[in-house]
Amino acid sequence: MRALGMMAVAVAGVVGLAAAGRSSQAGGTVAGKVRFTGAKPLMAKIDMSDESVCKAKYTAPPTEETVVVNANGTLANVFVYVKAGLPADYAAPAPAEDVVLDQNGCRYHPHVLGIRVGQKLAIKNSDGLLHNIKAMGKQNRPFNVSQPTSMTTERVFTAPEVMVPLECNVHGWMHAYLGVLPHSFFAVTGTDGSFSLKGLPPGTYTIEAWHEKYGTQVATVTVTAGGAKTQDFTFTAR
Amino acid sequence: MRAVGLSDSRTVGLLGAVVVALLSVSQTVRLSSQDTTRGKTVYVKWCAGCHGEDGKGDGPAAAYMLPRPRDFTGAVYQIRTTANGQLPTDADLMRSIDDGLFGTAMPGWKGRLSDAERRDVLAYLKTFSAFFADTTQRPVALAFGREPGSDARVGRQFYDSIGCRKCHGDQGRGDGPSAPTLKDDAGFPIFAADLAQSWRFNGGGDVAAIYRRLRTGLDGTPMPSFSDLIDQKFLTADELWHLAQYVRSLSPTRPPELRDVIHAPAARGALPAAPDDSAWNRVEPSWFPLVGQVIHKSRWFTPAIAGVWVQALHDGRALALRITWDDRSQSPDSAWRPFTQRVLASVAGDDSTPPAAALWPDQLIVQFPTKVPEGMERPYFLMGAATQPVYQWRWTSALRTSGRAVAGLARGIERFDSLPAGSAPAAQAVYDHGQWRLVLTRALATPDTADDLQFRTGRAIPVAFFGQDGSNGEFGTRMAVSTWYFLALDQPTPPRVFVTPVVAIAVTLGLGLVLVRRAQQRGTRA
Repeated sequence: MRALGMMAVAVAGVVGLAAAGRSSQAGGTVAGKVRFTGAKPLMAKIDMSDESVCKAKYTAPPTEETVVVNANGTLANVFVYVKAGLPADYAAPAPAEDVVLDQNGCRYHPHVLGIRVGQKLAIKNSDGLLHNIKAMGKQNRPFNVSQPTSMTTERVFTAPEVMVPLECNVHGWMHAYLGVLPHSFFAVTGTDGSFSLKGLPPGTYTIEAWHEKYGTQVATVTVTAGGAKTQDFTFTAR
Repeated sequence: MRAVGLSDSRTVGLLGAVVVALLSVSQTVRLSSQDTTRGKTVYVKWCAGCHGEDGKGDGPAAAYMLPRPRDFTGAVYQIRTTANGQLPTDADLMRSIDDGLFGTAMPGWKGRLSDAERRDVLAYLKTFSAFFADTTQRPVALAFGREPGSDARVGRQFYDSIGCRKCHGDQGRGDGPSAPTLKDDAGFPIFAADLAQSWRFNGGGDVAAIYRRLRTGLDGTPMPSFSDLIDQKFLTADELWHLAQYVRSLSPTRPPELRDVIHAPAARGALPAAPDDSAWNRVEPSWFPLVGQVIHKSRWFTPAIAGVWVQALHDGRALALRITWDDRSQSPDSAWRPFTQRVLASVAGDDSTPPAAALWPDQLIVQFPTKVPEGMERPYFLMGAATQPVYQWRWTSALRTSGRAVAGLARGIERFDSLPAGSAPAAQAVYDHGQWRLVLTRALATPDTADDLQFRTGRAIPVAFFGQDGSNGEFGTRMAVSTWYFLALDQPTPPRVFVTPVVAIAVTLGLGLVLVRRAQQRGTRA
């Protein structure tokens, strides 16, 4: 049994090395910003009065995170990723380290995140009170587990899917979105609205920017060996 | 250490794949006795009306239902023996087809469809999802072990510590603080189960069934699985069994039996006017199921009140009725308003646009004829008619909890003419953790003998019940209704009931003796 397992590890290792060899070979970069135009929508305040532990973690009343517009007019929590264009035989092993989704202050951190197929998602409960974590994928099997206290639950996703919605039913305002991909070419915009996809093999790619309220936008970008391309996206208020 | 653990799990994985491959061979052999072509014929005829031609749970009847019919394309099933998120086994699916899903619109099909038809339709509905064709997704039933000896006290501790009350409420009636926010995977509003009505649990109400639900979760709903808590040593399997035992203890030992007649015994002492008077503990309750009002527009297909428990007592001068029903919300309650709006937006009805949610109260109506009928003829059960009105007591949560309900004459569902306060019963109500308990008291005889029913002992008096949960969007004709039942006020037992038989026996014996004597004398003479 152990021999079989080691063989599997060895095979995976060889495949991984081959892929790593290719991607490190003068990969190109696509970077840019996700801008936001129009009136910034007002986010509803979250009433956490039933959960004093969570409420105490905020100085100002927390708001929903459906639309987070940065000070520089860019949009946060946009998932930007390579939707198509990688060679059909492209393969890379999932990293051994976990992706962590933390439940803290009755909110998910991060609100939008990416993970590789086969990589472990460690769902952490830092609040020490009851959360349930429900994943509602369509390509992946769903799950819904209870965490009544401080603990970590691990789950793995088996199929690419953008996005898998995650939610807590105890706290109806808690939502997160998880992009599951077979490659590492994805990023989530942060407080400056920028993203960068590095190490892309030369080729022409469909890059998609996904936002939970404003939907998706796509761009086609051709990357040369060692080259850097800028591709911005703009979402408009509606 | 970690790397070793990982490679071990991979080994198990590989071994599992081999086992699965072997299993799938045997599965293929077994499936050959099923026929998806015949299954489709059965499906189109019997299932598509609710589940839709394409299995998306969107048939013509679907919009009138909450919860909605299963969408087969996602292959997400609530009632399984497999781990959370896994596909159901064929046996799981067959159980739901055979027995139906209690508390929902899904009937059982065993006896309506042949064994072959049910097997074929099962095979056909699996074709709606690619997951069933994926050999890496082979469903395996969990090992649930054996139920340990009962310890509902330990179960209650875990009920609290794992947070069941957040949705199901302190007493389990589905009234927890998170209850108004609950949605299913498709975004439709969903109630937390009323744990005091185990006969309506869709996967079965016995301890073993409840334990399976705790282990597997109800996929597609907010109800999670608690199996991870056993793996992480937060609790033991036995403790989870005790929780299942506690949940079961919240419901009656046996499902309530429907009886036609409410017996009102003669009270010893004063009539209990308060809902929580201990005198009510000695009066047997009768259960009457309520269903949606689907006759008059606007019809209502998804009532929240499943039924009422009714008790009655009289003292020869007055009648007291105690009506108890589970209701997740003390309406009007602004916390439930978004839920109300979602219900109204989800359920199809007779209005071109769904009404806007308002803060409607809860309501309970008791209905009688205006006179005790001589024969079997009764007014129209759905609030009488213009020519033959009915006498009603109407109580709403907008009234003070202690005061008077409204009496009046209903002439059809649209028209209610209230009567002076002298005709109305006294009302006292208590709302307690997802349950209303209401006592209505009125004198048997009133001055207005033309309009008010005059109660009489020893007669079968028709009675019917109507209920509304305002937070479920129930107002106007949107309500839950019953049919006619009977109320019988027991006659006080007079002493002659006991004396008469004794006298009769003595007289018969005496007469017999006389006859025998005479016959003997005649015989001697002859």
